[in-house]
Amino acid sequence: MSLSQAGAHREAGVPLIEALDPRTRLIAAVFLAVAIVSLNGFAAKAGALAFAVALIFMARIDPQLLMRRLAHIEGFMAVLLVLLPLTVEGRALASLGPLSISDRGLERAIHIVLTVNAAAMTALALLGALEPIRLGRAMAALGVSERFVRLVMFIARYQGIFSSEIRRQFDSMRARGFRSSLRRQAFRAYGNLAGMILVRSIERAERVDEAMRCRGFSGRFPLRRVRPMTGADARFALLATIAAIALHALDRLA
Amino acid sequence: MSAPLIAFENVCVEREGAHVLKDVSFSLAPGERLAIVGANGAGKTTLLRAMVGLQPVTAGRIVAFGRERALESDFHEVRLRAAYMFQDADDQLFCPTVVEDVAFGPLNMGLSDDEALARARVTLTSLDLAHLADRLVRRLSGGEKRMVCLAGVLAMNPDVLLLDEPTNSLDAAHVERLVDALMRLDKAMVIVSHDRPVLDTLATRALAMRDGALHPVVLHRHAHTHEHGHIHL
Ligand SMILES: Nc1ncnc2c1ncn2[C@@H]1O[C@H](COP(=O)(O)OP(=O)(O)OP(=O)(O)O)[C@@H](O)[C@H]1O
Ligand SMILES: [Mg+2]
Repeated sequence: MSLSQAGAHREAGVPLIEALDPRTRLIAAVFLAVAIVSLNGFAAKAGALAFAVALIFMARIDPQLLMRRLAHIEGFMAVLLVLLPLTVEGRALASLGPLSISDRGLERAIHIVLTVNAAAMTALALLGALEPIRLGRAMAALGVSERFVRLVMFIARYQGIFSSEIRRQFDSMRARGFRSSLRRQAFRAYGNLAGMILVRSIERAERVDEAMRCRGFSGRFPLRRVRPMTGADARFALLATIAAIALHALDRLA
Repeated sequence: MSAPLIAFENVCVEREGAHVLKDVSFSLAPGERLAIVGANGAGKTTLLRAMVGLQPVTAGRIVAFGRERALESDFHEVRLRAAYMFQDADDQLFCPTVVEDVAFGPLNMGLSDDEALARARVTLTSLDLAHLADRLVRRLSGGEKRMVCLAGVLAMNPDVLLLDEPTNSLDAAHVERLVDALMRLDKAMVIVSHDRPVLDTLATRALAMRDGALHPVVLHRHAHTHEHGHIHL
């Protein structure tokens, strides 16, 4: 997010989702994810996707960020989407030599795409703008075991550190004339890069840990003053419940 | 004379088998601005790390704020009262946005979200950095990161500041702003720096790190000609 966008944010007020307590967002994300993955019918799943898109708007997620996140997920699913229609038994819709696209395979692929995207967008809308620290505090406030909270925070932190190290090292290689290729020499550089990134990421994570301890972080979250829930939290809880009931009702009827 | 805030008694530190600190003894008195100078690799950063318990010591005693400190749990209080600004800003900053990073220390001191964020904004404003508050840390320039690190330690309102090359990568105007801010504070501090003019202005005493030990350095104040002191090595 750039400076101008941050400024625009403040002018237009806080996004609806941002006004909610992190605990509400966390519970709602888990609740809605369960509700979405337990849907069966196509109509209900399409409805869930529409609801997820509405949440994305409510959270005013940066469209670029949304696209990047979805691209990751779609990348994972691409393999599945290609394989399923070709491998699942069913009536052939089209065939290409020995390969044929089955109706049931295609149907199953579409169902998976709908469910995964609806669940992912819901999670992104509710938790995307929640930094690891706030998420950790919310989990601790909900009574999740401290060890688990720390684990989640470490994963979040290492992930960021890894990607920034990769970027830095790669910049440094390119600054000295490196270009990606499939030649042997390039592979040696990739090998060095991978090794360096691992070592440096671990070292850097250690130093970040030191920086946190230097500013009084002791592995626990000061929780003495948790902000009380507000009317907005109650209204959102109601909205999420109604949405889940409506989707499941639709599922039964359709 | 009042009791020292922090004192080392014959502290030794080894890193990878090398004796980096050998029997180091010194103390920091209230209100004192102590300069530490020395060649690259002399052990200045190691000394600061040992002061807040990040660097394990192999021998000696560290007394801070009236108590001997040895265990990780002893140093928790020391770190809140002696705020340490790292030599490398990228190591220090880890929150996504500037204001969150500055609010991190106050949060750990038990302030609520709103109080901590308010404290962060006040601190940033006092350093003329209010315009950076909502920026992403990773999109800042090197010098801007440095100033944000300073805000992060000042926001904790500590009794002692430990500054590792605080003026690195700052332009002349920002160096002046930093020096002004530190002069106004009237707190005890340890300043590691290679920047002689800055030390001349700030320091009230100087020690040189050489061969793993601290040696006193004469700090002249030529009050009759001009205000600044000089360090003679
Ligand atoms: N992470 C490390 N592991 C092992 N040895 C280290 C590490 N960091 C520094 N050293 C060694 O410890 C010694 C003291 O390093 P230190 O960082 O304290 O020096 P310094 O006086 O701060 O130098 P500079 O002016 O370059 O910052 C050096 O000989 C260095 O090689
Ligand atoms: Mg150093």
